[in-house]
Amino acid sequence: MSANLKKSSQLLIPLIALALLVVFNLIRDPGFFSVGLTANNDGNTVLAGNLISVLNGASELAILAMGMTLVTAAAGGQDISVGAAAAIAGSVFIKVLRAGGITPATVLLAFLACCVVAMLFGAFNGTLVAVFNIHPMIATLILYTAGRSIAYWINGGATPTVSSPLIKAIGGFIPGVPIPTPVFIVIICGIIFALLFKVTNLALYTQAVGINPQAARLNGIDTTKIKLLTFVILGLCVAVASCISVSRLGLINHETILIEIEMDAILAVAIGGNALSGGRFKMIGSVLGAYAIQTLTTTLYAMKVSSTAIKAYKAVVIILIVVIGSPVVKSAVGRLWSRLVKSNATAATGGN
Amino acid sequence: MRANKTTSGKEPLTDTNLLLTITICIFFGMYILAMIVWGGGFLRPQQLFDIFNNNASLIIISCGLTIVMVAGGIDISVGGITALVAMSCVVHLDTQGGNVLTALILALGIGLAFGLVQGYLISYLEIQPFIITLAGMFFARGMTTIVSVEPRTAQHEGFLALKEARVEIPWLGYTAKSGGLIPARIEIGVIVALAVVAVVFIMLKWTRLGRNLYAVGGNRQSALMLGINVRRTRFYSYLICGLLSGIGGFVFLMHTGAGNATNAAGAEMNAIASSIIGGTLLTGGVGNAIGTLFGVLTLTTIKSIVIASGLREPWWQSITTGALLCFFILLQSVVLSNRGKGGLKQALTRWRRSS
Repeated sequence: MSANLKKSSQLLIPLIALALLVVFNLIRDPGFFSVGLTANNDGNTVLAGNLISVLNGASELAILAMGMTLVTAAAGGQDISVGAAAAIAGSVFIKVLRAGGITPATVLLAFLACCVVAMLFGAFNGTLVAVFNIHPMIATLILYTAGRSIAYWINGGATPTVSSPLIKAIGGFIPGVPIPTPVFIVIICGIIFALLFKVTNLALYTQAVGINPQAARLNGIDTTKIKLLTFVILGLCVAVASCISVSRLGLINHETILIEIEMDAILAVAIGGNALSGGRFKMIGSVLGAYAIQTLTTTLYAMKVSSTAIKAYKAVVIILIVVIGSPVVKSAVGRLWSRLVKSNATAATGGN
Repeated sequence: MRANKTTSGKEPLTDTNLLLTITICIFFGMYILAMIVWGGGFLRPQQLFDIFNNNASLIIISCGLTIVMVAGGIDISVGGITALVAMSCVVHLDTQGGNVLTALILALGIGLAFGLVQGYLISYLEIQPFIITLAGMFFARGMTTIVSVEPRTAQHEGFLALKEARVEIPWLGYTAKSGGLIPARIEIGVIVALAVVAVVFIMLKWTRLGRNLYAVGGNRQSALMLGINVRRTRFYSYLICGLLSGIGGFVFLMHTGAGNATNAAGAEMNAIASSIIGGTLLTGGVGNAIGTLFGVLTLTTIKSIVIASGLREPWWQSITTGALLCFFILLQSVVLSNRGKGGLKQALTRWRRSS
């Protein structure tokens, strides 16, 4: 009974959070989620509205949350260097683009270079965690400290820009398609992960390693390899997210690109009902968590909260969500619920 | 991670002492090397005192973080609380007609309030500490800008007198180019910081609460079986950390004299890094305040050395800090696995095989 409850209630927290936000917004402003067609600066007819901006704006976060879920599940800790690693990956992306001129081939080459660099840094973090048995947060603290400075160094102390219809198509809209491209990229990433879990044993092995590394090793799973692999996959996610972010803005600023996204990504994993201490995970929960966070941010902006003060309100909502989802409160509510049901049942039988 | 936990559970104190000794040796080695190679400023005692002057608040909040980490938790709200306290105190002093005493009470009150709420949510409602203190950080940073968006500089006379107060030691001074003797100067905040280090060290080593913190951090289950009130102990660790963040915020204000939304940016990560360099393990049960003090000193001395060595591009500081962290973290890992599993040779072969 309780096991069943646990399994079904994992997605309950992000769904409740999303539903609460949606209902709140609909009460506040019934037209909040209305979507309209407008012409943008490039003359494309595109969809616009809060719903689209939530879907579009959460793209980087959703992709990072997918990778973070795997790392959290396998290593029982979080990677706090994703923002810094994204700054490095984005710098590499722009450096290659600026060196070669922007054609589809160079964009592909730049993306591949960016992936290789991000995966190398992922492998660095993964080696520290998997081989040297260092807690993930401590291991990634190194890159967190140095990462943005390395990006600064790659950029040579400047904030280089790129501008081309091709880059705009990646970060904005493909001409003729009214839906922002990052949304498609998230969907593609989601499909790739779904296929990966369907075809390979990655999900099973990751959970086994996260729940009990000793037992997993005795069962013939190479725990070191699995942990390393999750960090490399997260590196890939970082590369994709940084490419989206760079293309969206058309420039890279090592100080501000994807700033504090690591905190939001960890939050998305936690709101998604995944234990931050590792083990069982549901990636869809993390993605829902990411969209919940973005909805919250968009809601607060729509309520004319100043961008600097937004964090305080966000914190209050986060605390509310996790308090509702905390095991103590949950079991107390469960006890109250069963007592209510029981008294109702006795009342019903008494009536008969 | 798990291997560390078992080794630290067995002999927490000897591990602490070993890591502490390594840190202290490296700090002195680095400083003496800097004295020999670059001389100049490093030969003056004032250089050392300046490191203390500039980092008094970091020492205080790192001590708080050490307590939380010893008990097996994490608190990343300390930097945010520091900024909030500094900003609130400036506004209180300048626009609400407060005096130094009420500002100090305000600082302690804010710190205690954060510690109280976060401690309760984490220990009694069993929510992951990372999430709660992350929310705490967001809240503190957001509140700082709500209190005042633009930077404020303290104008209150009584406070400025306190801020400018220095302990002067003439015999450690040096002769300036103009010929006059400039005595070595120490800020009030440094004395507060050293007092905090001493109190935390004594508290962790010789009081019941301190021993309970080690027990809870080392192994929560066995601590529970020994009859230790695990929840209350964890609650106290966050409470003390919050209080120390409040003190740290006030000391920060005494050093800079200004409130700014970007104050103490990244202080939480510096504090965590200092604790780690000082030999505290994130898995809990190992660490002490003296180590943390030397952690802060090592972390900041390396920055001075980078500047002295002529690498003036802004990115070198962070990159060398990262490299230093990498070195200490690997050292800890190797030392601990070495102790747990026998000789270094064995640890190396194990590492080679597993990679």
